[in-house]
Parts: sequence; structure tokens; C-alpha cells
Amino acid sequence: MIWDVLLAPFVDFGFMRRALLGCIAVSVGATPVGVFLMLRHMSLTGDAMAHAILPGAATGYLVSGLSLGAMTVGGLIAGMLVALASGFVARVTSLREDASLAAFYLISLAIGVLIVSTHGNNVDLMHVLFGTVLALDDTALILLCSFASVSLLVLALLFRPLVLECADPQFLRSVSKLSAITHFVFLALVVMNLVAGFHALGTLMAVGIMILPGAAAKFWAETIAGLIAVAALIAMLSSVIGLLLSFHYSLPSGPAIILVAGIGYGLSIIFGPVGGAIAQNLPHRNLKP
Amino acid sequence: MTSLRSALKSATALAAFSLSFPLASWAEEPLPVVATFSILGDMVERIGGEHIALTTLVGPDGDAHVYQPTPKVARSVAEADVLFLNGLEFEGWLERLAEAASFGGAMVVATKGVVPIAFDDHDDHDDHDDHDDHADHDDHDDHEKHDDHDDHAGHDHGAFDPHAWQSLENAVIYANNIAAGLAQADPENAGDYYANRAAFITEVETLRADIGAMMKSLPADKRTVVTPHDAFGYFAATYDLTFVAPQGMSTDSEVSAADVAALITQIREESISAVFIESITDNRMMQQIANETGATIGGTLYSDALSAQSGPASTYLDMMRHNATTLFDALGN
Repeated sequence: MIWDVLLAPFVDFGFMRRALLGCIAVSVGATPVGVFLMLRHMSLTGDAMAHAILPGAATGYLVSGLSLGAMTVGGLIAGMLVALASGFVARVTSLREDASLAAFYLISLAIGVLIVSTHGNNVDLMHVLFGTVLALDDTALILLCSFASVSLLVLALLFRPLVLECADPQFLRSVSKLSAITHFVFLALVVMNLVAGFHALGTLMAVGIMILPGAAAKFWAETIAGLIAVAALIAMLSSVIGLLLSFHYSLPSGPAIILVAGIGYGLSIIFGPVGGAIAQNLPHRNLKP
Repeated sequence: MTSLRSALKSATALAAFSLSFPLASWAEEPLPVVATFSILGDMVERIGGEHIALTTLVGPDGDAHVYQPTPKVARSVAEADVLFLNGLEFEGWLERLAEAASFGGAMVVATKGVVPIAFDDHDDHDDHDDHDDHADHDDHDDHEKHDDHDDHAGHDHGAFDPHAWQSLENAVIYANNIAAGLAQADPENAGDYYANRAAFITEVETLRADIGAMMKSLPADKRTVVTPHDAFGYFAATYDLTFVAPQGMSTDSEVSAADVAALITQIREESISAVFIESITDNRMMQQIANETGATIGGTLYSDALSAQSGPASTYLDMMRHNATTLFDALGN
């Protein structure tokens, strides 16, 4: 019984194993970035970046069809351009970074829509852009896993300055020139993980697997290491459960995975021991030291 | 000065004249017509010949299910005298477009008189109840249909397979409807239209005999075909083949793991040896399915759009021949 429900889908079907591996790679790579986005009050930056890479990926698709390479490179270029441009404007003018980012991603999105509608051949681009976690081939899996590995490695190198930026961005900026570099490399990581996630889940759903587990983890852990561990665990659990729901109840896979993560977030809000609704309103909380 | 004034005057008069009289009354001007997608456009071109100026909305390799009209297109629709559409709810976006462009000409439904094939009973009878296994397909269809046909909300939509041109028998009906539509809008050239129709139908009949013989020779256990989207219902019915697809009836619904798993199980159990890809769909899924089941990719089929001029299916007849030979070569082995 348990075998049939939980394991048989993955044992019997290669595409389910591939989908699971792809999702786990995205979970491991993207959630730590999502945790830092949350800690730096930049959660919506992830969403803006997802829109920013979409036109690049679309252009890549128009240039050479459903080529993994072209769509990846296009997405990376568009995302980096937007990140660099908005960061540059924020640092040399008085416009705040969130405003300039919003401006640049909207410009990027408009350019993308323009390119697609004037040169497109009406093949269902949305279908392409919404990702196909069930159709990950070998090259896509290798790409997802290497992006996740690079992301983890870079994050390990940046860990201390990033934590400082979270705690006191003014301090880091005043004592070290590394602040700007840290910030841009971090944005590059956001873009990279979104591009990877886009191949598996589509541009918009990729933001979900990045942000939701991190937000849920906030209710379970207090240290950064704890947050990352809990977030990655929630993301992986959501992937498994979402894929199984898609398998047993004929639901589209990407939204199913993100919705499970969303349910995880909802449960965390209520039951999470760190600042969750119940924990915070229990009468005996005053007795705590 | 006087010459400028008279030029202006005559221009105004001309404008007023051309506004009050439809362009069709100018015998030497070609009749402006619009066809919704490439396959229908090719047939209209064949029958209209040099007497028409044809605009095809969804061009080669385009997917008419998800087409988004542009203002330029709305202009050519507004200027057209005849608008040819497939019907059977294939062009869900057309009603809005024709309305927005205030199209005042004649609409010719090419499938008028076709005996439509219902999509499999499962989908249209269980449409709104709690059968989870098809929930996502039904949802998508409902949204699409309600958005596009607000005025018809309430009755059962998308019950019939619109890909009627996939049967050569129906192509004759298409040709009849097109010729009648053109003759009505442009009676002076009616003789030419009917002559072109006759020539076209002769070719259709020849091809029908060829394909009929080809398909008859396929063994009984080699008659199941896997394609990315359910577009070959009429072809299947004519030649007694079974087509299965993971994506459901339209290219706009997202596939679920259950659909893919069901298809893979079927391919394994019936030891289907070849799966096919289509020109207008995302074929990564089919490639994965082929890899997983050991089936080979039998080739590319053209379902809803012709290929570009250089491709193997740049006309309707070439498309039907290409599909039939591709199927035959892959299944016959």
C-alpha cells in the first residue's frame, strides 16, 4: 500500500525519478538564496528577477528554438543586465534599488514581449516558459545539478559578508569594499538559480520554490544554518509530495509542487514554534525566562 | 492652386465612393479574403487563384489554439470581404477579433456539413463532476471556452474535434464551402472558382486512393500511434487507427504526471514501437517518453499548421501525403 503510493511511481517510471532529481537540485540550490533574500528584506526581488529573465529566455527560444543552451544564456544575460543596471543606478543616484529594479525589470519584460510578438511564430511560448519538470533530459539535469553546486559553493564563500549585509549593511559598506561585490554576486546567484528553476518549473514557479520554503523556515529555526536546513528540507518534501499528487491525482506538476510548499508555509505560520500564531499567543509564554 | 483643389476634391470623391461601394465591385481588384490558419489558407488559395488577395492569420508552424491577434491583423480582417474559418470552435479568438475589427463581410465556416467526431465520451460527459483524473483538462477547456464565447456560456463547448481537415473526405466538403463562399462574394468569377475546386478535388481523390491503400496494408497490431496532442481523430477514424496523446485535446493544457505515466504504461503494454512528434508542440516530452520506453521517434507529423515553404508539408495535400507516408514508414517496420 505505502509502496504503491510513495515508491512505485518513482521505481516504475524514469521520468518521475528525473523530475525528482531536478526538483531536489533546484531545492538545494535555490532555497539558501531564498533564505538570504528573506533576511535582507528582498523577497520580492526574486519575483522581479524572474520577470527579468523571462524575455531573455524567450529571445533564446526564438533564436534557436527549444535549445537548453540558448534559453539558459539568454535568461542569464537578461537577468544579469537588469541586476547590474538597477544596482548601478541605486549606487550612483538617489533612486533606491527597489525602485530602479522595478523600472528595469518592467523595461526588460516589455522588450521581451515586443520581441516575442513581432518575431514569434505563435508556437505556444507560455507552454515553454512554464517549464516541463516531467520532460527533463540528461543535459537539463546536468545543468540543474551544476548550477546548484556552483550556487552552494559561491554561497559558502560569500557566507560571512552576506550575513554581515543582513545584519548591518551600512557597517559592511563602511569597512569594506567587498559590499558591492557581495551584493552583485548574490544577485547573480539569484538569477542563476531562477534560470535553473525555470527549466524545471517555469520562470514564475521557480520563484515559489526559492521563496516559500525560506519564509516557512522562519517559523522553525533561529540561526541562519538552521533556516537553510529547514528551508531545503521543506522544498524537497514539497517536491516529493507535489510530484506524487501530480501522479495520483492528475494535477499539473509545477503548480502542485509550489502549492504543497504554500501549504507548508501556511502550517508553519500556525504551528511554527518560532513566532508562529499558536506559539506566540499561548498563555504560558510569559512564564518563559 | 486650382489643380491642388481639384485633386483634393477628386480624392474626397474617390474616398467617398470606395466607402459606399464594397471593393468587390471593382472587377479588376482581387477580392480581399482572410483565412484563419495555414491549412485552410492553402485550400482558399487553390480555389481562389488569382482572383483573391489572401491574408492568412496563423501562418506556417503556428499554433492556432493559442493565437494572439495583432492590430495589423485586425486591419486585414476589417478590410476583408470574406473570412474563412474552420469552425467547430477551433478559432476561439476569432469572434472577438471579428467584433473588434467590425468585420462586415461574409463568414464562411469551412466545416459546414462535416459530420463532427465527438471528443472521447469521457471528457464531455464527465465535464463538471468530480472525476479527478481529468480535472485539469476540463478546467482548461472551460476557461478557454468561457473567455472566448461569453455569449454562449452555458452549453457544452469543445465537444467536437475541430481538426476535421485531417480526413481527405472532409477536404472535399471544405473545398465545396470555400468555392460557394467565393462565388457568392464574387459572382463574376464563379466559373473559375468552381473549376479550381474540381481540379483540387480530383487531386484529393487521387491522394485518398493512395493513402487508403497504404493504410489498409498495415497489420492489425501496428495500428496504435502516439502523438503529442490529440489532433488526428478524423485521420484515425478514416483508416481505423488509434491515436493516443498525453496532452489532451488542446495544446494549452499542462500535462500531469498521471497522463505521462498512463501513456508510458500503454506503450509498454501494447509494445508500441514508434512515437511521433509534431511541428507545433513542445516535443521534449515525446523525446523523454521515447527514451523511457525504448520506442523510436517515428518522425514529425503536421497536424494544425503547414510547414514553411521549404518544409515537407507546405501545402494541404503535401501535408496529408507526408503524414501518411511518415506513419506508414514507421508502423510498417
